[in-house]
Amino acid sequence: MRADTQSNQAHVYTDYHPRWLRQRVSTYWWLEKPAYFAFILRESTCLFVAWFAIYLLLLINAVADGPAAYQAFMAWSATPWMILLNAVSFALLVFHAITFFDAAPQALVVHLGRTRVPGPLVLLGHYAAWIAASAAVVWLLVRGS
Amino acid sequence: MADRIKLQVARYRPEQESEVTYDEFEVPCPKDWVVLDGLNHVKDQLDGTLAYRWSCRMGICGSCGMMVNGEPKLTCATFLSEYAPGPIRVEPLRNFPVIRDLIVDIGDFMRKLVTVKPWIVRDEERPLSAGEYRQTPQEMDEYKQYSMCINCMLCYSACPIYGLDPKFLGPAAIALAQRYNLDNRDQGAGARMDVLSAHEGIWGCTFVGECTKVCPKHVDPAGSIQRYKLTAALESMKSFFLPRGT
Amino acid sequence: MTPSHDVVLVGGGGAGLRAAIAIAETNPRLNIAVVSKVYPMRSHTVSAEGGAAGAIAPDDSLDEHCYDTISGGDWLCDQDAVEAFVKEAPEELLRLEHWGCPWSREADGRIAVRPFGGMKKMRTWFAADKTGFHMLHTLFQTSLKYASVVRYDEWFVTRLLVDDGRVQGVIAIDLKSGKIEAITARAVILCTGGCGKVFPFTTNAAIKSGDGMALAYRAGAPLKDMEFMQYHPTGLPFTGILITEAARSEGGYLINKDGYRYLQDYNLGTPQPQPVFRSMELGPRDRLSQAFMKELEKGRTIETPYGHVVHLDLRHLGERKINAKIPFVRELCMKYQNLDPVKDLIPVRPVVHYMMGGIHTDINGATPLPGLYAAGEAACVSINGANRLGSNSLPELLVFGARAGKAAAEYASLGLEINPRIIAQKTDEHRRLEHDLLNTKGKARIATIRDEMQKSMEASAGIYRTGASLRKGMEEIRRLQERSADLAIEDHSKTFNTERVSALELSCMLDVAESIVTAATRREESRGAHQRTDFPKRDDQRYLAHSLIYRNADGSARVDYLPVTITRWPPAERVYGEAKPHGGPNKATGSALSSGAGV
Repeated sequence: MRADTQSNQAHVYTDYHPRWLRQRVSTYWWLEKPAYFAFILRESTCLFVAWFAIYLLLLINAVADGPAAYQAFMAWSATPWMILLNAVSFALLVFHAITFFDAAPQALVVHLGRTRVPGPLVLLGHYAAWIAASAAVVWLLVRGS
Repeated sequence: MADRIKLQVARYRPEQESEVTYDEFEVPCPKDWVVLDGLNHVKDQLDGTLAYRWSCRMGICGSCGMMVNGEPKLTCATFLSEYAPGPIRVEPLRNFPVIRDLIVDIGDFMRKLVTVKPWIVRDEERPLSAGEYRQTPQEMDEYKQYSMCINCMLCYSACPIYGLDPKFLGPAAIALAQRYNLDNRDQGAGARMDVLSAHEGIWGCTFVGECTKVCPKHVDPAGSIQRYKLTAALESMKSFFLPRGT
Repeated sequence: MTPSHDVVLVGGGGAGLRAAIAIAETNPRLNIAVVSKVYPMRSHTVSAEGGAAGAIAPDDSLDEHCYDTISGGDWLCDQDAVEAFVKEAPEELLRLEHWGCPWSREADGRIAVRPFGGMKKMRTWFAADKTGFHMLHTLFQTSLKYASVVRYDEWFVTRLLVDDGRVQGVIAIDLKSGKIEAITARAVILCTGGCGKVFPFTTNAAIKSGDGMALAYRAGAPLKDMEFMQYHPTGLPFTGILITEAARSEGGYLINKDGYRYLQDYNLGTPQPQPVFRSMELGPRDRLSQAFMKELEKGRTIETPYGHVVHLDLRHLGERKINAKIPFVRELCMKYQNLDPVKDLIPVRPVVHYMMGGIHTDINGATPLPGLYAAGEAACVSINGANRLGSNSLPELLVFGARAGKAAAEYASLGLEINPRIIAQKTDEHRRLEHDLLNTKGKARIATIRDEMQKSMEASAGIYRTGASLRKGMEEIRRLQERSADLAIEDHSKTFNTERVSALELSCMLDVAESIVTAATRREESRGAHQRTDFPKRDDQRYLAHSLIYRNADGSARVDYLPVTITRWPPAERVYGEAKPHGGPNKATGSALSSGAGV
C-alpha cells in the first residue's frame, strides 16, 4: 500500500473542548526561567549588531567625506554616551558570537567521507576562523599606519 | 534526611470549577521513591480522585510527563529526595489544554505527527525475497538519535514558541521527520519538505534550545531542526539556481 | 449515532497494530477501529528489551528453532502452531525492517543476531536493547499510513457485545468525557496483553491487568493454560524493572551472597568464563527462577529492605562492552537504583514477567466464540507451552497479530448483519458504570484489595505451589471478590475518572487471579513454570494437555483439558547444561532441583 495519504482524516482529535483549561502564557514568560532570559538576550543582540553595522557605514561615509568629516566623526565617537553605547554593544556582540558558535555544532553536521566530524571540532573550526579573520583585519590596519 | 515531603498538586475538576486549585499532601520520602511513587501513594491512600497518567515506571512509555517545580519532567525518573526538604509543586504539562488534574490533551501532537509522514516512503517497495535493506552501523548512526523519541511531550512543554503559537509543528514532530529523512532506506525527504518548510514548520523555531535540554532520551530535537533549516535553505537555493534539477 | 466498524481491535500494542495493518493491507475496504485504554505508543510492548527470534543464520534451521521452543515449553506447545510460527517469524521481522525498524546490524549492513537464553543457535534479532520500543514505534508510525484505521485513544472497553452466539462489538468508556458508547463490529480482536499486575513484583506496567482475558472469559470464551505464569529471573527489587536477559547473554554471572555462581548446583552446566548456549546463566527462565527459590530456602540470598535478592555481576565485561551492547541496562540501574553495573553488583530477584496462558485461540487467532479473535500475550495459541523462551514473544505479536487480523478480516467480509437490538445492552452497562459504580458507599479501598490480592497470589501461586497454598489462595480470592463488590470510590466525576478505571481493572484482575488459581489447583504435576512441590514430576499420561477454564452461567468455573498437538517431536526430558558441542546431558554434582520437570 503506497503511503500517499496526506493525513489520516479518520483520527478525530478535538481541537477545542469547552471544559479543557488552556492556561494563558504570560507576557513576561521570558522572565520565568534563566534559560528563557538568556535566549531573549541573545536574540536582542541583533539590535546591537545592526547598530555596529550602521556605525561602520557612518565611519566609511565620514572617511569618504574627507579629513574634516573624519575628525568630526572621531570627536563624536569620543563622547561618553557613544563610548558607553559602543562598549555595551561590543560586549553583547561577543556574547552574540559565542552563543552563535555554541549553536553551530548542533546545527552543522559535517561529514568527511563516512565519518562525522565531532562537535567540538566544528566549534574549534569556528573560533579558528574568527581568530584568523580578526588577525587579518588587525594586520591590515596596523601595517597601514 | 527527612522521611516525609509535601507535594503541592494542581487539581482541575472541570465539572465543579473552572480554575486550577492546589491540594497539599504529605507523602513518605525514601531515597528510592520518585515523584510518581508519591502520587501513587496519594491516590492509593489519601485521595482517590487524583487523576494522572502512568504506565511503565521506567522512562520508556512516555506517559508520566508533568511539571515538577516548573520544569517538565518524567515523574518516574525524578527522585523525591532531589527536592528535599520540599515542598514539591506538581502541575500538568505546560502548553497543553488540561482535561483534568494532571492530565493534558496531546491530540495536537498526534495530528501533527501524521502530517510529517513518519513512515518509510519508497518510490518502489522492495520485495521480501530481496532481503533486508543494507544499513551499516554508520548509516544507522545518522538517524539513530532521532529514533529514540518516546513522545513524552516534555519538549513541547519546554518550548516557549509552542506556548505562544500552538500552530508550530514542534520539536518531536520535526525530529521524527528527520529520523526518516536521514534513514538511508527512506526516499520521502521530498514528500516531507512542504510541511517542514512551512511557516509553522522549522521556520517557527528560533533555537531556544530548551527542548533538547529537557529531553529525557537525548534526542536533540533542536539540533534536528537547525540541521533541517540548512537542508531546506540549500534545497530552495538549488531549486532557484537549477530549476530543472541537477 | 453508534460508531460501527468492520473489525474492532481492543488494544493498540504490537499485536493490535500488526493486526490492524494486516487488515488494512489485505482488505483496504474494511473499516478498522483500534480501541485502546492508552495511546498506542504507551502499550507495554514498548518496554521489551532483549530481542526477537527469527532463524536466518546459515547454520541455523527452522527445525532447530522449533525444537528449542518446544523443549523450552516443556512439550506443552502445539507443534503445528510452533512450526507455522518459526517459519513466519523471520518473514515478519524482515517485513518490519522494510517498514523502518532499526534492527542492529553487522559491519557490512546485514541484520545481526545474538544469542539468547534457551536458544541453541544465535537467532535473536535486536535493536540495541530497546527492541520492543523500536518495534512498537515502527508499527505505530506505519499504521498512520492507512486511512481505514480509525483510532479510539483512551477508550476503556468494559464489555463485549454478544448476541445470537456471536460477538458483535464492544462497549467502551471514552475516558476524556466519561461517555459510555457501544461500538459495533463484525469481528473483535482482543490484543490487550498479559496480567502481571495480579502479582506484587512484576516487570509489567500498571496497565497490564488482564482486561481482555476477563472480557473474553465473561463472554463465554475459555482461558487456556492460565496456571503458567513466567517469572523472569532478573528484575530489580521494589520497582520490578527488568534487567534484560541480554545482560546474561553478553556474559553476566548470577552469584549468591558468597559470590558463588550457584546455578551450577542445579543441573545447568558448569561455569565457563564465556556464555554457553542453554547452560548456566543462559538456561531457561523458569529453571533460573526456581534456583533462586532454592537458594532462598538455603539462606544463601542477600536480604535488602525490599526482600531477598541475589546479585548479577557485570563488572568483568568492562565499560566499553556494556555501553555498546547493553547501554539501557546501565541507564536503568543508574536512574532507578542509583548504582553503576560497571562498578557495582546489581540486586535482582525473580519477578513475574509473562503469562503463557490466555484466551484460547486456534492457529489463526480465532476463539471458539464466533466473531472473537485474540493475539499477542492476551492469547494462548499455544506456542509457548509451559514456559516461554526469551525473544519468542515479540515475533509472536507479529505472526499471530497478522494471522488474527487476516482471519478476522475474512470473517468480517462475510458481512453478517449486526443486530440493532444489541445497542440496548448499552443501557445496562451504562447503569452499572454510572449509577452502581459511581454511587457506591463502600469502605474497601481499591489499593488495599489490590495489595492483598497480589500478596496472596505470590504466596499461594508463586514459583512453587502446593495444593494447600492454592486452596488458601482461592479462599482469599473469593473473600476479596466479595469485598470488591462494595468499593470505596471517591471520584464521582465523569471526566477522566481514573479511579473508576482502577476499579474495573481490579475486577478483571480478580477474575484472572481466580482462573490462575483454579487451573493451578487442577494440574497435579510439575511442568515448566508450574511447579507443585506436592506433585514434583511431570505427568505426560494425564497432563500432556492444555487446561481450559470456562465460566459457567452461575459464575463458577469449569476446567476441561485439550490434548496438545504433537507433530514431529515426541515428548522428552528437558535437558540443559551441555557444555560440550557433542554433549549429552551434563552429570552435574551437588543437589539437583527437587522438582522433576526434566533433569
